[in-house]
Amino acid sequence: MDGLDTLRNKFIAAIAGASDEAALEEVRLSALGKKGEISALMGGLGKMEPEARKAAGASLNVLRDEIDAALRGRKAGLADAALDARLKSEWLDVTLPGRPRPAGTIHPVSQVMDELTAIFADMGFSVAEGPQIESDWFNFDALNIPPEHPARQEHDTFFMHRAEGDDRPPHVLRTHTSPVQIRALQAQGAPIRVIAPGRVYRMDMDQTHTPMFHQVEGLAIDRNVTMANLKWCLEEFCRAFFEVDEVELRFRASHFPFTEPSAEVDIRYSVQNGQIKLGQGDKWMEILGSGMVHPKVLAAAGVNPDEWQGFAFGMGIDRIAMLKYGIPDLRAFFEADLRWLRHYGFAALDMPDLARGLRG
Amino acid sequence: MKFTLSWLKDHLETSASLDEILFALTDLGHEVEGVEDPAARLGAFRVARIIEASQHPNADRLRVCRVETRPEGPDGPSVEVQVVCGAPNARTGLIGVFAPPGTHVPGTGVDLKPGVIRGVESNGMMCSERELELSEDHDGIIELPEGTLLGQRYIDYKGLNDPMIWVKITPNRPDALGVRGIARDLAARGLGKLKDMPIVAIKGQFPSPIGVQIDPALKAKGCPVFSGRVIRGVKNGPSPDWMQARLKAIGLRPISALVDITNYFTFGLSRPLHVFDAAKVKGDLRIHPAKGGEELLALDGKTYTLAAGQMLISDDQGPESLAGIMGGEVSGCTPETVDVFLESAWWDPITIAATGRALKINSDARYRFERGIDPAFTVDGLELATQMILDLCGGTPSDVVIDGAIPDMTRSYRFDPARVGALVGLDIPESEQRQTLTALGFRLEGNQAFPPGWRPDVQGEADLVEEVARVASLSNLKGQPMARMLPGVPKPILTPLQKREKAARRTLAALGYNECVTYSFIDAGAAALFGGGSDALRVDNPISSEMSHMRPDLLPGLLRAAARNQARGFMDLALFELGPVFTGGEPGEQRVQATALLVGAQAARDPHGSRRMVDVFDAKADAEAVLAALGAPQRVQVGRKVEGWFHPGRSGEIGLGPVKLAMFGEVHPKVLAAMDVKGPAMALTVYLEAVPQPKVNATAKAALQASDLQPVERDFAFVVDKGVEALTMVNAAQGADKALIAAVRVFDQFTGDKAEAQMGAGKKSLAISVRLQPTDKTLTEAEIEAVSARIIEKVAKATGGVLRG
Repeated sequence: MDGLDTLRNKFIAAIAGASDEAALEEVRLSALGKKGEISALMGGLGKMEPEARKAAGASLNVLRDEIDAALRGRKAGLADAALDARLKSEWLDVTLPGRPRPAGTIHPVSQVMDELTAIFADMGFSVAEGPQIESDWFNFDALNIPPEHPARQEHDTFFMHRAEGDDRPPHVLRTHTSPVQIRALQAQGAPIRVIAPGRVYRMDMDQTHTPMFHQVEGLAIDRNVTMANLKWCLEEFCRAFFEVDEVELRFRASHFPFTEPSAEVDIRYSVQNGQIKLGQGDKWMEILGSGMVHPKVLAAAGVNPDEWQGFAFGMGIDRIAMLKYGIPDLRAFFEADLRWLRHYGFAALDMPDLARGLRG
Repeated sequence: MKFTLSWLKDHLETSASLDEILFALTDLGHEVEGVEDPAARLGAFRVARIIEASQHPNADRLRVCRVETRPEGPDGPSVEVQVVCGAPNARTGLIGVFAPPGTHVPGTGVDLKPGVIRGVESNGMMCSERELELSEDHDGIIELPEGTLLGQRYIDYKGLNDPMIWVKITPNRPDALGVRGIARDLAARGLGKLKDMPIVAIKGQFPSPIGVQIDPALKAKGCPVFSGRVIRGVKNGPSPDWMQARLKAIGLRPISALVDITNYFTFGLSRPLHVFDAAKVKGDLRIHPAKGGEELLALDGKTYTLAAGQMLISDDQGPESLAGIMGGEVSGCTPETVDVFLESAWWDPITIAATGRALKINSDARYRFERGIDPAFTVDGLELATQMILDLCGGTPSDVVIDGAIPDMTRSYRFDPARVGALVGLDIPESEQRQTLTALGFRLEGNQAFPPGWRPDVQGEADLVEEVARVASLSNLKGQPMARMLPGVPKPILTPLQKREKAARRTLAALGYNECVTYSFIDAGAAALFGGGSDALRVDNPISSEMSHMRPDLLPGLLRAAARNQARGFMDLALFELGPVFTGGEPGEQRVQATALLVGAQAARDPHGSRRMVDVFDAKADAEAVLAALGAPQRVQVGRKVEGWFHPGRSGEIGLGPVKLAMFGEVHPKVLAAMDVKGPAMALTVYLEAVPQPKVNATAKAALQASDLQPVERDFAFVVDKGVEALTMVNAAQGADKALIAAVRVFDQFTGDKAEAQMGAGKKSLAISVRLQPTDKTLTEAEIEAVSARIIEKVAKATGGVLRG
């Protein structure tokens, strides 16, 4: 059947030569379409003798399948080529910026408060709060700072205006978070463990002072809480908060009217390449004030000092934030300079917890 | 409080080094603020002799000196050094002061190096007084007498080796405002022995010509005792060098022997005294409350007007002294004073504090009296000071005159040696505890401890514990673990509001806002713009006029922050703050709010055209996101009752019935102008406390209602009046079939001139998409048509809207 070979060669060549889908369709029609050459030959089979028809039919079927496969193959090839060409034309400059997604930040003071909360919650402390405009009784008297005592003058207190005829002592902007001790004890009684973070106010403004800053108060009252427990608690806190393996604290006698005995607490540090390293070295830095709650303070809060005792401490939140995160200037905390907020701020999802660590 | 080491050693017999003393001071609670050690500054300068001074070969004014030095001290080897010297008095045989290379010369600020001066080697310097900063004398080098021991340190020779120590004394320790009190603490710590200070009563030679009387009102409270005496025929010249040196070292200016002696007692023994020029006192001295209006020229050169009740010392001619605070100029001592009246009294701390504060006088006397000095030392102090005046100025003393009596401060507290262990956690033997208290001046009778008169701060058992622990040193304290109050996994500890604060803060940051912490006080003008600025919220003593009022809202602080950032070139801002605002001047009249501010464009310019100016719907979406994070109900009302600092047409309030949950909107242009912010600016505030607590506390959620049946979406476009609010339409459509209609969403608004041209003046078109969710069978076309008809009818009824053709 030389005729079929010729036909095969012709169509295979035509298929290979088809440059697009339309040309290929023409080849298909001319071969396999109703009026196509191969279809015509297939149509002619009916007129053949059965024997001859069988042989010719088989050959024609082979040819038809072969051409059909070649058509399909060529079609897929053309489609790929067309897609390739299209994709090539669809080039984009992917170095262009992506669509903007806003990225906000959390202020270091909030972040550090969350860190404090995570650590002290683990030690069984809850979080207490109190008003920032405070009566002088809560801010001073209840804390064993009587009127006219020099200790009261040292507080650089802001006083609220008193209307004429109102003869009560003026309210103050709380000078420390210690009045929350009294409020928490009055509300809950003993035993108790609370921390009280928040804003406090002192009439002071220079390189290292701002008239508003943040403190955290700690209070633990039970039947036999000691100053040694206080030291342990602070050591644990400092180790966890500053994320160092070892810390060393030094208690130094001092005086606060609301604690007795009172101690300033220093932390051991060194300066290496301009960076503060806590836990080692030969320098000491004062980080907080503390002591055993004065019996008069317990009594003022309605707790019997013969039955209960415990410790309190007060620490500057801004200060420990500066220390931990290397922030140089306190005043910048409250200036809301966008560059500062972005640089020293924290990501929204960077939520301190002890299981994953305080930082992300 | 400042003092010198030699002054301390007048009271403390000790072999402790300066460093040991400094550590003990800080550890005992007297924090060392600073030390000026002359040895550190001038220790390298030693006495040396010029063996021979000869003319410099190349310079007329210079001499080449062969100098005998003893760098290791008088007992060390002699070393000859060549020094080129320009001083006119440099000559053979002169004994002077030599500084070797490597020395820092304080007077010139130069570090000495070996050098060559005009071709001749020079290895060090012969010094003038100015180079040592001892005086301004620079006419020549220091000359010392023949025979002065070579090699000794010049500061030792000159008696300048007296370190000055500056400690911070806590307000409970008036006794430590005298050197002796500090010495007593150090002795109790074991750093030496407190030297005896015998008091000898000096016999008067004549009755005091000046009498004293305390007004009965003050005898009861104010001035229980006042003593004094006249010393006749004193010579009030300059005080001796040693006293001047000590006073100068602690920053006091020597005035005259009499005045210097009173200062010396103030700082040495915490016993302020006053000296009157007896010749200028007319009649007796009366201690009495001021009537009010009296004037007195005080020793600081200022005239003070007294208020009624403040304590005065007067004579026949009028007020002479502000009792316990400052003497008067008229009767003050001068170099010409011959007869002096020496006063030693005890003043009530509270009265002194109140007067001192009212008159704004900070004197060393007030500082001590208001902290409470030892009343028992009143007459003893007078005797000691009399002796010193007699020693330094001569004269003849009168008898002591005294009115009133030394107040009895005797009291005692139970001393329980076990308390130190139970309260502090330090194990200190009882004998040591008793020894400590005794060394501090306490009298122990069995288990009762009587504090000494100079310790008014000791008011209970806990104070005894503190004294023992303090002296034993808290640095010995070892931390002891403290178990949680309850075993097991700790319970959550945050209150619902605290959790909300956290959620709101983190949500806003996630939405792209930068958290700010701004001051709680703002200026009166800004406060007034935001509904504040009343007197109730005014700070009486603000640090500046910018910080005079407690903030009524967070927005003014954020707007000020925005203005500052815009001034730095940051025009597009998203800022927020979460914190207290103040509704009144009473404790508790504050509430927590979260306020966010959007200014400018919501994105930078980019190739995708993302940039657009922020608008009300950005603020609204963020307010809704925060409310959602707080668990606020989804069905809320949007009203228009907003505060005056919002644009009245472009702002809204999200509420639940009468409860306002949040506000959002464009900031009023007048407010923006007043706060210097370039707009547009959108703000939102969420009132965290207002959001209702979820009623159900169970953790399980309601079962999910998810139908397998295909939902149907139908869109409707209505023509309505311009003023019709979309929410009215949505609610009306929703009401058409509450069971079947799962959601109604506004998806298009067509408004403006083109819209009115098409649909008529004052009209707009709103398009909503309604989602129908069948639950038991697929909806038929007829059923859908029926619901659609009801929706159109309801919307028409509620809004007057007609289906857009």
